[in-house]
This record gives sequence, C-alpha cells and structure tokens, in this order.
Amino acid sequence: MSDAAPPSAADIDEPPVKARDLVKRYKEVLAVDHVDLNVQRGDVYGFLGPNGAGKTTTLRMALGLIVPTEGTVELFGRNPMRSGARALEGVAGFVEAPRFYPYLTGRKNLQLLAALDGGDAGERIEEVLEIVELAPRGKHKVGGYSHGMRQRLGIAAALLRRPRLLILDEPATGLDPAGMRDMRALIRRLADEGITVLLSSHQLPEVQELCDRVAIVDRGKVVYEGALADLRRQGGASYRLRSTDDTHALEVARAQPGVDSAGTDEHGVNFQADEEHVGALSLALASAGIGILALSPQLATLEDLFFRLTEQDGTDGSNAHERDQDGIANDVAGVLARGAGASR
Amino acid sequence: MSSVASSPPTPVAAPPQARRAGRAGRPSTFVAYRWELRKLIAQKRTYFGLGLGVALPVIFVIVQNVHTRHGGGDSIFAAQITQSGLATPVLMLLFESVFFLPLIASLVAGDIFAAEDNNGTLKTILTRSVDRGQVFVAKALAALTYAVIALYLASLVATVGGIASWGFNSIKTFSGSTVSASEGLLLVIAANACYLIPLAAVAFIALLLSTATRNSIAGVGGAIGIVILMDIVAGIPGLEAVKPYLLTEQFENWHGLLRTPTDWAPVTHSLWVCALYAVPSLVAGYLVFLRRDVAGG
Repeated sequence: MSDAAPPSAADIDEPPVKARDLVKRYKEVLAVDHVDLNVQRGDVYGFLGPNGAGKTTTLRMALGLIVPTEGTVELFGRNPMRSGARALEGVAGFVEAPRFYPYLTGRKNLQLLAALDGGDAGERIEEVLEIVELAPRGKHKVGGYSHGMRQRLGIAAALLRRPRLLILDEPATGLDPAGMRDMRALIRRLADEGITVLLSSHQLPEVQELCDRVAIVDRGKVVYEGALADLRRQGGASYRLRSTDDTHALEVARAQPGVDSAGTDEHGVNFQADEEHVGALSLALASAGIGILALSPQLATLEDLFFRLTEQDGTDGSNAHERDQDGIANDVAGVLARGAGASR
Repeated sequence: MSSVASSPPTPVAAPPQARRAGRAGRPSTFVAYRWELRKLIAQKRTYFGLGLGVALPVIFVIVQNVHTRHGGGDSIFAAQITQSGLATPVLMLLFESVFFLPLIASLVAGDIFAAEDNNGTLKTILTRSVDRGQVFVAKALAALTYAVIALYLASLVATVGGIASWGFNSIKTFSGSTVSASEGLLLVIAANACYLIPLAAVAFIALLLSTATRNSIAGVGGAIGIVILMDIVAGIPGLEAVKPYLLTEQFENWHGLLRTPTDWAPVTHSLWVCALYAVPSLVAGYLVFLRRDVAGG
C-alpha cells in the first residue's frame, strides 16, 4: 500500500506489525539478524529474549527511532522510515524506560506530549492520569517521581494517543509485586478493549499470563514465533505416572520402545514419549500386573521452553557471540520435532 | 494503580469507528516551537545564560558610576560614557560580541539536542505525531529565539543602566558626527540586529555539533572553540586574505551603521559570509537529525 495514502479503512486490514528480514548491524556486531515478526490485530504478543538479544533494537526500528540496516517494518502497513510520524498514527508505547522532562510536572509533560499528538489528546490528560492513579501527583515535577510512577506516567502518555497498537518494553521492570500485578491488570484491560499489545518482557510469568502469541529472540534471531499454546504443547512431551509399583513400572517403561528419559522422583515415574507410545506403555503396565493410579502429561512451562531455546553453552558474552547460529536452529528443531511427535 | 483491576472500566482505546477514521489535526511546527520555548523557560540553564548577559552591563554601569575618571579609551564611545547613556549599550556590544554573546547563544543551541539525547526524551517526542523535520525546525527556532532574547536583554539592561546614569543624550558616531538621542537609540537597536547575523551563524554551528555529537560539552565548547580558533587565525600574519571571510570578523558588521553616511557594505558582506557558515550547518544538522539513530535513554 502507499505510504503517502491518508488514513483509511484499508489501514485497518493491515497487520499492526509486520517486520520482514529486519537487520541492524553496528559495525561488526549484528544486533538484529533477519527478524520477521507478525503481530495480528487483537494479539497480546510477547517479545521475549535474554538481555542483549536485540528486542529493544527491534522495537526502536519499529517505532522509527533507528534505521534498519536491511529489511522493513510496517505498522498498519506504513513504514516509519518512509512515512515518519504518519506511520505512528494509532501507535503508542515506549522503549526501555519511559523518559520525561524532569523539570516539568507530570501533568505538564502530558500537556506537552498531547500538544505533539494533536487532535483531542489534550482533553484526555486528567482521564489518563486517573487511570494510572497519578492524578494527585500530577502537579509534582517528574524529577521527584519514583521509577514505578514514571512507568505509570509512560502508560498514561501512551493512552493519550488512543492507540490501536501499544508497544511496551519491559513495562513491569523495577515495579514492586503489587505494581507488577496492577500493570498486568491494566495491560489485560487494554487488550480486552481491543488494543493490540506488543509486549517485550523478561518476566516470563507475565508473558505466560498475558500473551497469546510470542516471539522468542536470541542473539538477534527469532528462534520461535507463534502461539504460546502451540509452543507449550510442542515442548511438553513429558508424562508423569503414579502406579501400584513404581519400581517395577520404571523397569517396564525403560524396556518399552519409544519411551525416553524414564526416571523417578518423589511424585512417581517421569518419562518422555509421544501419545502412541504412551498408549502402548499403559497396556504393557497392565500386562505386567501394575495398576495405573495416575498418568498425566506435563506441559512445559514457558520458562523451561525459553531456556531450552535460548540457553547458551558458554558462560560469558564472548562465547555467546561465538556460538554457531546453526546450533540455535538445531535446538529449536529438536524441541519442535520432539513436540511434533508428542502431539500426534 | 492498586485499584486498576477493580476500577470501573473506562474505555482507554478509541472506539473502533474513531480508530478507523484516524486522528485528525496533526500538530503544526509552531506548536512544537512553542513547547520548545516552554521547556527553555522551565530550565535553570536558560536563566544562567541570560543572567550572564545581564550581569556584564550591570557590573559595567556600577563600576563606571563609582569610577572617578572616565574616558580616554580606544573607542570614541568610551570617551562619551558620561556624556550619553547610549554609549553604554554600544560599548557593551563591542565587549560582548567577540566571545560573551556567542557563548550565551551556544549554551542553548549546543545543548538543545544533546540534552534531550542524554535525557532520553528525544525518543519520547519522536514517537508522537510530529515529524523529525518539525522537531528540528522547532528547536532551531527556539535556539535562535534564545539568542535574540539574550542579545536584546543585554542591550536593554545596558541602555537602561546607561540612560539612568548618564542621560538620554545625543551621541557621536564612529565618524565623529553627532546624532540625536532618539536616532542613537534606533541605531543601537539596528546595530544589535546586524550583530544577530553572525550570532545566528554561531548558534547554527552549535546546533549542528549538538545534533551530530549528542554531547552538550561538544556542542557548546565546539562552537566556542571555532570562534576562538577563527580569532587566532585572524591574528596570524600572512593570512590577511582569509580574514574577511572569517566568522569572527563579521562580529563587527554593525560598525557601518554607526558611521555617517551609513556604510552598508560590512552588513551585506557579513550576510553572505555568515550564510556560508549558517546554511551548511543548518542543512547538515537537519540531514543528520533526519537520518540518525535515536538510541539514547
């Protein structure tokens, strides 16, 4: 579509974020390595990765703050590099910590940003201050705000724009547990109102609670993109068995074809297998005179999967950089292949 | 936000119809410029520069009032200090034009981009509905406005102090001819306006350095360093041919106005010489700002 085109109903049909082959290189350092992202309307899209994985750089490119070395990113079909501020219509958020003028009050900061937004943004200042519960502190200079208050002011500043897409980079970082809970509640509420949310986060429970789709990025590459449920299902090929005779059951499991990594712990027998072989194992247990008290699949947590996808062999940054990118691809392929077998 | 989860739902997203229509009324560059001025007004740094500009004429007037012997200086205006209050702003312009006023103009122009970069607020304003070009123009205009205010404020204080001390009397120009007090006042205003030409060039150089280096010290110090360097170059024997094209030489462009008949040649010369410094600096700053990464904060 044309970048110069005025806002139209057609824009609505364009995906909120579409990145293709996005690359950012700083001399020898490849910060973002051919990233593709597909954020669909209504998604609460988690953008996960370890520190230095390239998340913030990718978000900065999406917002037009830094110029991609290669590739394109479009917001509702518009490229910020070509369309400038027009590409950000209906888009709001912040990358890294939200920053404000410390010598202005919270309210004055919002007035400034509303003026730079145009439209009716100025009329919404009190409303958004109320939403983030900063109205009583609006008259105080931002220089005296706590980190949590600045995060909330960042959300307020984003809401001024009546966004269709909200891009949030680590919004809960530095907040106390109650602040984190409230931030999640707010994000959930915004998503329920139809705002598409692109959420970059280290907080795996936060992503697990809020997001329906995720991209996991490691050393600049997207190592997984898709539905969170699919990822968990594919990665969750392990089972837990409680039987009338766990010792004997373990022997049977180990002898059974297609059953891997069998072992025991205080909860019973654990093993990995696909559904077909789980069925065969249950018959074998019955034949051996072992009663099955419980047999349940254990879905991998997001944390398990995240570390499987991103954990490094090296212990320092240099090893991390030297690691062969093919290794990551193989890890991913391994996880997904195991998962695919299990889900059949 | 403790009650966010339980508070009655207030719609924070635009209704679908409104969202589909897009937001009308994108802000003008003037709005961005006005807010740049409001930011300047809210910062202590702004008043430090203006205070410097005011302090020198105040000190000068006080010292001259308590001094028992006057006159005998190199300048015809120094000889007239006690005869006409209008000599004071002219003398002040002579003193301040070489270093002091360029420093004051650079304090804001050299910092206006770098400070926002370091504070991380550049990303905040560049993710709103104004284009980078609008932000650049607004900041350039704000820096220029500050230079104008600093220049005329210093001149106003010197004029008021001079007139209060020594009266609103006629004054002799560089040519030795006498002009009336009201004509002298107009000449003071016009002289400052002429001086604004090279001052703007210094401000735009500072603006470029601030944009390109993202460092306030480099922005302010770099511009002043260039002024000092040119002053040194002007004094090197054998470089006389270069002298008319140095920016620092244009700081005296207003002298032609205080001659009878008025000599416009220095003013027109300074116009195009200063343009050689100002326009490339401004264009380069604009292009750098348009294309650079905003990675700070």
